[in-house]
Amino acid sequence: MVSRLPPVNDHGGEGNILTATRPAVEAKGVTRIFRGTGRDSVKALDNVSVAIRENEFFTLLGPSGCGKTTLLRLIAGFDYPTDGEILLYGQDIAPLPPFKRPVNTVFQSYALFPHMTVADNIGFGLKMLGKPKSEIEARVDAMLKLVHMQELKNRRTSQISGGQQQRVALARALAPQPKVLLLDEPLSALDYKLRKEMQIELKRLQHETGITFIFVTHDQEEALTMSDRIAVMSSGKILQVGSPWDVYDHPAERFVADFIGETNFLTGMVESAGNGRARIALRSGAKICATAAEDFRAGGNATLMVRPEHAKLVKGRGDLTGTIETIVYFGTDTHIHVRLDEGDVFMVRQQNSRSASCGFENGDKVGISIGDDAAQVLKD
Amino acid sequence: MATAIEVAEKAEREDIRSRWLLSTPALLIVFVAALGPLLIVVVYSFLTPGNYGDVKWQFSPDAWVSVLFERDVFDDTLSLATAYLSIFWRSVSLSLATTVLTLILGFPTAYFIATRPDHRRDICLFLITIPFWTNLLIRTFAMQQVLRNDGIINSVLQLLGITDHPVQLMYTNFAVLAGMVYVFLPLMVLPLYASMEKIDFRLVEAGYDLYATRFEVLRRIIIPLVTPGIVAGSILVFIPSLGAYVTPRVLGGGTNLMIGNLIELQFGQGRNWPLGAALSITLMAIVMVALLFYVRNTTRSDGAHG
Repeated sequence: MVSRLPPVNDHGGEGNILTATRPAVEAKGVTRIFRGTGRDSVKALDNVSVAIRENEFFTLLGPSGCGKTTLLRLIAGFDYPTDGEILLYGQDIAPLPPFKRPVNTVFQSYALFPHMTVADNIGFGLKMLGKPKSEIEARVDAMLKLVHMQELKNRRTSQISGGQQQRVALARALAPQPKVLLLDEPLSALDYKLRKEMQIELKRLQHETGITFIFVTHDQEEALTMSDRIAVMSSGKILQVGSPWDVYDHPAERFVADFIGETNFLTGMVESAGNGRARIALRSGAKICATAAEDFRAGGNATLMVRPEHAKLVKGRGDLTGTIETIVYFGTDTHIHVRLDEGDVFMVRQQNSRSASCGFENGDKVGISIGDDAAQVLKD
Repeated sequence: MATAIEVAEKAEREDIRSRWLLSTPALLIVFVAALGPLLIVVVYSFLTPGNYGDVKWQFSPDAWVSVLFERDVFDDTLSLATAYLSIFWRSVSLSLATTVLTLILGFPTAYFIATRPDHRRDICLFLITIPFWTNLLIRTFAMQQVLRNDGIINSVLQLLGITDHPVQLMYTNFAVLAGMVYVFLPLMVLPLYASMEKIDFRLVEAGYDLYATRFEVLRRIIIPLVTPGIVAGSILVFIPSLGAYVTPRVLGGGTNLMIGNLIELQFGQGRNWPLGAALSITLMAIVMVALLFYVRNTTRSDGAHG
């Protein structure tokens, strides 16, 4: 018999203070290079280090090809790092095959076994762990109940809908009570309504089971609504790790600000800096105060970011002036694109109300007022 | 005025008629080229053998009796025809052994090919089909060169000093088996590859992820998923090897006959066409029973997994 790490959830349910901050999964200087034919090799992960806490809903977010799935596969054991360590509760698991890791995966395509019923799929992991039959049955029933699928227990997986397959895949991965659950873009195949439902469902499951979730997605909205913390990745590197609020409102660099949400970028020169704030002079001569990291010096070039909902359109003069080019109605809000006097387009988002229109029309000369806290200076 | 229902019924009748018309050529070939000759064989098996081959149109169950029994020359009592039965038994057991051996050799081969990148798969498949370019007879004689007393195997064995006199390989069941495995291996590899190629290898990853060891993944995921390929390959190997004629003739010599050789003998030197016909039908019956048994068994065990 091969020795396995016990896949048992050994933390005491809720509020174990001692283990709450201990990293469940830790990557230390992980590099993965894929060698192609001939000379071309791809660095999918470049010296990545990240610590994922226990009981956390952690999201790896980035465009396709950024290395997020590669990192997930390294944690699952389907692939091995070229360099670096992967620790699970302090133990290096990098050399272990996947069937010896107390980690389970929900695959993007679900990868349900087509020759088994729903119940057999869910019980597969427990069966392989050599659990007694009665325990497997009880656990499968509990899992079916958890994902609201009791009545489809004996169906073949080809006879159920995509959303139901998704639930079975979840139940199958949760049944052996892994310490960490890995989810590889599990919602990408579902339609919009179902995806929204499953987002809430996933949050609930994570809360109820207390299992650490590592979730991979390229959908920034999904990442913001579900995660406790997000790691934003690009070309094999982690650019920023933080809460949804952190990465949205305090992006570390331009890529993060651009990838998550919609952003206006303005370029200018640093006039003065200090105490976490800076004064930026734009080309048009307008001066804007913004929050800034300490390493900005007066005289250098700088990029300024302003979220569309943090700026306000005013009649008359504001911090910036321009002409309205297009007005796009979105139901909940209206996007107004303003051609600034200095040439760039600036977008302002306004909440709609039922009674009044947005109050502006194409071609109006308007001012844009940027609040004290709305602008941030970014590293490029 | 025709009602809508009448119109619909008429259209349906015409539709059925045109379907029959379109399939007529194919049905004709099936009846004339397959069922017709088969019927002749059945009729011949109940006739009396002619003196110089051919048949006399005179009913006689003798051929069928002698498939199973032999009549004592002196007192006309019947006893089991052990000679024919042993040939049947040799045919079935050699064919089964061929099927099992090609499966054991073909499975890893097909798996290896199916897990290569696309462009290498084509090369591998091409290599697998190369033997088909040469005539079966020539390939079998080539096997003879390998197995002969002064052939490659014996030369190497003697050169290495493992034996000082040649080991008798030719004209044994081993030689027939080796020849048939060599000839039929591609017929096993190709259907196995076809069903393995369709496997979503994420299912294999999912198996590993759910604590299944390599052996368990093979047993519970890969084998159930390639069952159609295993069934197809086994049928493709078992049936022709049961009727194999050239390989046992060349490699088995006169003493290791298989059914195919026995049947040929009745139509040739034996000049007993009815017996040949009866033996042919018996062979066909064995194949059909084996097929029925095999297909039913594999589909049931597949169902038991789910």
